[in-house]
Amino acid sequence: MDIKQVSVFLENKIGRLAEAVSALGKEGINIRALSIADTAEFGILRMIVNQPQKAGKILEGKGFTVSQTNVLAIEVPDKPGGLAKVLAVLKKKGINVEYLYAFVAPIGDNALVVLKTEKLEEAKKILKVENIKILTSV
Amino acid sequence: MIWNKKYECMERKDIENLQLERFNEVIQRVYDHVPFYRKKFDKEGIRLKKIKSLKDIRNFPFTTKSDFRDNYPFGLIAVPFEKIEEFHTSSGTTGKPVVNGYTKKDIQIWAEVVARGLTAIGVRRNDIIQNAYGYGLFTGGIGHHYGVQLIGAKIIPASGGQTKRQVMIMKDFKSTVLTCTPSYALHIAEIVKEMGVDIKNLSLRMGNLGAETWSENMRGEIEERLNIEAFDVYGLTEIIGPGVANECKKKNGLHIFEDHFLPEVIDPKTGEVLLEGEEGELIITTLTREGTPLIRFRTGDITSLNYELCKCGRTQVRMSRIKGRTDDMLTIRGVNVFPSQIENILMQIEGAEPHYQLILERKRGLDELTVEVETSPEIFSDEVKRLEILEGKIARGIEEALGLRIRVRLVEPKSIKRSMGKAKRLIDKRNLK
Repeated sequence: MDIKQVSVFLENKIGRLAEAVSALGKEGINIRALSIADTAEFGILRMIVNQPQKAGKILEGKGFTVSQTNVLAIEVPDKPGGLAKVLAVLKKKGINVEYLYAFVAPIGDNALVVLKTEKLEEAKKILKVENIKILTSV
Repeated sequence: MIWNKKYECMERKDIENLQLERFNEVIQRVYDHVPFYRKKFDKEGIRLKKIKSLKDIRNFPFTTKSDFRDNYPFGLIAVPFEKIEEFHTSSGTTGKPVVNGYTKKDIQIWAEVVARGLTAIGVRRNDIIQNAYGYGLFTGGIGHHYGVQLIGAKIIPASGGQTKRQVMIMKDFKSTVLTCTPSYALHIAEIVKEMGVDIKNLSLRMGNLGAETWSENMRGEIEERLNIEAFDVYGLTEIIGPGVANECKKKNGLHIFEDHFLPEVIDPKTGEVLLEGEEGELIITTLTREGTPLIRFRTGDITSLNYELCKCGRTQVRMSRIKGRTDDMLTIRGVNVFPSQIENILMQIEGAEPHYQLILERKRGLDELTVEVETSPEIFSDEVKRLEILEGKIARGIEEALGLRIRVRLVEPKSIKRSMGKAKRLIDKRNLK
């Protein structure tokens, strides 16, 4: 099972982000990782949550535009050069990373990173060969 | 089917003779009964002898919207007051409303011209017309009501608003014809989808849509979303309301009911009469109205005339779809822009919704136009670049068509206010005085 990322279109308007996350909080959705891509005019909120389907429904109910995307969540050694090593492997095999962000909390000695690529299945195989752990749930 | 073959299929020469005769009659009538016209003609030294050619009508002065304001409320009425049976007014958002007083005969004319228009698009006695134009002082609702009654078809006077109820009625009553503004038709389509009603379960066949400027692409959008044929109807409160002109099945211009309304097209700057096919401001003289007859009224609407015979068999002149208004024409950095042009471009771009708003600002003495467009859930993704590509496409499309650099702002779905009547497309923040 791939990890589902919930993406939300945010107009560049005061309070829009707060509205989205408070709606999730009220319904007991826990945000495990998040990032915001922003342009001058709008932003995209990307989140990994414990219940992506439910989160999507809640946000749609509040009038947000939501999409769900398959992403990779991988464990990366929490030490200098840890992430660089993983990226070097992907680069060598010609896998382009669209974007990447980190989880709020680590697991043991490892940091958790969310990664989006067009070539998801290929990336999974490469990472497995390198013994990099890919999460199947959060 | 043609509602009134005698007039709608009259030979050009006969129409012109009729117009000339009626023009001479109405000129005398307003001179005799409306002090405003008497003063105006006297001041301009117009001698009231009969004109011999329609060309000579250009010697008469124009009537304008501000003449209505100056003579508010009843100054333009040309009959003894007890003959007036009904009033309608414009919305009056830009000052005192325009008041139009109708006699019994005026209402009969109104019903007649709307019936002609509805018949031209294919409405028959067994149709069920859901009339979602506003009822009240606004002419859209009542005008269509009278026309449908004259045809003898069934009318549902739904008026505007309460869209969920509209959809329920549309489904349960099996409405076959929708009459409303184009922007409201689109809104209804949205609610149909939201309510999960299958378009195939509706009996709707066509729409007679008007009261605002819309584009050919918007027509396509409405036709697809509601699975109907959409037709353009034209009219204005000052003249009579809807029914001044209506498209026929050919969808190639709107037939002006010229035995009642005499059209001209002028250059809005110089006032000079333009040739057939040239684009300019539409001028209308009411030839038969009793209550408030108007001589050479400046409609403010931009169109052109086409006297070629229409394949539908009607001989009455066709006006092109209204391109814009002389007063909503924006001049941005020297470029003339009509909101309808921008709408036309948006409709061609996949992923852009037909809901938009124009925001005009002046920054450091320079006009800046921002086009706010709703994103559709279909186009939205987790990647910024796809949305930026869409923004770029819209901006380039507009730049190519208008030669004007603009800003595009994608906004959330359904965040632009929906209108039940005429859509407000422009927010002018320039504060020009």
